Amino acid sequence: MSDSQRPTRKRLDPRETELGQVGNSDRRRINRGQPQPIATAKRAGQRVRRDPRAERSISAGSAGRQRVSLRGLVTTGAETITTSVETGPRMVRIDEPAFLVSVVPDAPSGRLTGHDRDLLGVARSLADAGGGAVLMILFGPLKDDPGAAGADRVMTFEGPGFAGYAPELRSAAVIDAAAQTASRHLLFPDSAEGGGELGRRVAAQLGERPATGAWRVDPERTTCRIAAGKQDQVRPTPRVLLVAAEAADPVSDALYEARPLPTPEVVGAVLLEDGGRIAVDPDDVALAEAEFIVSAGNGVQDWDSFHQLATRLGAAEAGSRVVVDAGFIPRFRQVGATGTLVTARGYLAFGISGAPQHLQGITQCDHVIAVNTELGCDMMKRASLSVVGDAQAIMPELIRLVEVEGEQA
Amino acid sequence: MNRLKVAAMVSVGSHPASGRPCRAPLDARAVEMGLGLDGAELQMVHAGDPDNPALRDYLGMGLPTLTVLQQPAQGDSIPALLQWARREQPELLLLGCRANGGEDSGMAPFLLAQALGYAVVVDAVQIEVRDRELEIVQALPRGQRRLIRAELPCVVAVGAAAPAPRQSAYGPARRGRIAIEPVEPAVDIEAMHWEIQPARKRPKRLKVVKAKTAAERFMAATAVQGGGKTVRGVSPTEAARVIYDYLKEEELVTR
Ligand SMILES: Cc1cc2nc3c(=O)[nH]c(=O)nc-3n(C[C@H](O)[C@H](O)[C@H](O)COP(=O)(O)OP(=O)(O)OC[C@H]3O[C@@H](n4cnc5c(N)ncnc54)[C@H](O)[C@@H]3O)c2cc1C
Ligand SMILES: Nc1ncnc2c1ncn2[C@@H]1O[C@H](COP(=O)(O)O)[C@@H](O)[C@H]1O
Repeated sequence: MSDSQRPTRKRLDPRETELGQVGNSDRRRINRGQPQPIATAKRAGQRVRRDPRAERSISAGSAGRQRVSLRGLVTTGAETITTSVETGPRMVRIDEPAFLVSVVPDAPSGRLTGHDRDLLGVARSLADAGGGAVLMILFGPLKDDPGAAGADRVMTFEGPGFAGYAPELRSAAVIDAAAQTASRHLLFPDSAEGGGELGRRVAAQLGERPATGAWRVDPERTTCRIAAGKQDQVRPTPRVLLVAAEAADPVSDALYEARPLPTPEVVGAVLLEDGGRIAVDPDDVALAEAEFIVSAGNGVQDWDSFHQLATRLGAAEAGSRVVVDAGFIPRFRQVGATGTLVTARGYLAFGISGAPQHLQGITQCDHVIAVNTELGCDMMKRASLSVVGDAQAIMPELIRLVEVEGEQA
Repeated sequence: MNRLKVAAMVSVGSHPASGRPCRAPLDARAVEMGLGLDGAELQMVHAGDPDNPALRDYLGMGLPTLTVLQQPAQGDSIPALLQWARREQPELLLLGCRANGGEDSGMAPFLLAQALGYAVVVDAVQIEVRDRELEIVQALPRGQRRLIRAELPCVVAVGAAAPAPRQSAYGPARRGRIAIEPVEPAVDIEAMHWEIQPARKRPKRLKVVKAKTAAERFMAATAVQGGGKTVRGVSPTEAARVIYDYLKEEELVTR
């Protein structure tokens, strides 16, 4: 389009400048990206060592798929992709770190949250300031790339004892892992997803006084929000930190090694029994809080199927302003700038075009699925999964599938 | 049969608008939860200044007495609370998940449980006690709930989603008794050297947007991920399968 051909002002990206400096000055990082651009090396056949990760990311980049965005880049404009095709993300490998910084992300359902990624940014700054490395401690497999998020090492505890709600065994595991690796710091997201609880358990068990709600962290000093948000407490950076969201920028433009480490054997007293999730009627939960939303736009005509599908999926119902104005969906279930800003993990949108006012309501959603007859509508640009098709045909099929699968389970 | 000994540990909050001392919202919910337990003998205890007017607000909830372990307001309250708990041996300790107006670290439940060897559950919204078994409903983000079973003795920290506390009534608040117990003062030496400042405004995160057009910038601002997978030219059945598999993969449906 004519827009994209228009010359634009040159903009200075402060992050790139900064990263360049760090890369050159830091002895411990092996920066394979810059002195010997991987893509060039590949063409010239000069590559000595195979690096499957770099190859993977390069091929993804040149295939035009926007996999780069998963590497933590903020957007996937043309500039970014070109850069990454030429040099690849900066590969970092730290063989003999001076110390380790352990990070325990929430990673609900095996996905790093935004908060988790910010936390890794904090961990990197603590590690990089003194030639250290970052150890990510996980419970169960991760669907994201730990290296792209900033982990030099990864320790994954698996087994039924760690699954579900298992804060006691998990804290024992974190303590063992920290002891085995002599971690200098232990970082948790101060979140309601489990990190806030786990970090406090670990701190109490270790007899450490943690920084909680920490929002500015450097190797010497940590600032915590206290007194019902009215004061800041500045203290020497402790060993255990519970870190607020956005305390640092997530790692981008670099790929760390994520070398797996063996896990120690864990024994711990378990006093609590997980009785499982309690069924909550999704309609009793405020829309802004709903976990999973099925939403309808002007492309939906078969309202029976829509309601039935939401019930079957156990999802909250919502809609665009058009269907709210038409009276199909109550006003308090409208999503968007003049409706509710939702935080659902999943947002399944049928027949919604993706107007700016609507998209503003779903900025916090992790997984957006768009079903629309029009390929390339704005909703699809926002979605992580897009299906081109008729909502009226797909909804009944999905209901049938949920019923069949539900019976098999 | 012996009645279950329950203690609610209450701190002093600060009013969100006026900043005046008042009930800490979560601690008041902890008291409310204690009052709702059948056949329990509930005590309220606070470590701090017995003259703090906010303590009367707790008495206004109906209990005749509040025990105050007298110490300077800035002192470390954990040793005093621990000493008291060791002596009184309550089997169920009810606390707020975090205080409101102090360090607000939310560590008290964990420190007490650790020192006493009790189990600890946080973000509780409901509890039921049968014999020595506890069934606790825990609030999760996005309005979800989890059931946790534990045995006495136990520390339960009450979360913001718990039922709202009853109003504090003037008469009982005035008539209630504050029972003062002296304790050895515990000074928080470590924190004495920490700097306290008025809350600084946290810098707003600047997004680095490498977009060329206004439309691209907008998409960058609204899209967290974007640029996902697109499926076209498939039958409705296949489309439903793709969607369903995705929902399962991301654990949005559990079946
Ligand atoms: C000040 C202001 C505030 C606003 N606030 C909001 C707000 O808070 N929330 C909000 O939602 N809107 C808001 N709007 C309105 C917004 O601009 C859009 O008009 C509205 O979001 C469009 O709704 P829609 O996507 O449902 O309808 P449309 O834009 O009509 O889109 C319907 C979509 O369905 C697709 N479709 C058609 N048939 C089918 C089919 N059979 N199967 C599948 N797909 C099909 C079409 O391709 C199209 O993409 C606001 C507008 C203004 C001016
Ligand atoms: N001085 C105190 N006296 C009694 N209980 C307290 C005191 N301080 C904290 N608590 C309890 O511990 C909870 C958590 O406090 P904190 O760990 O300080 O955030 C509070 O909600 C109270 O229930």
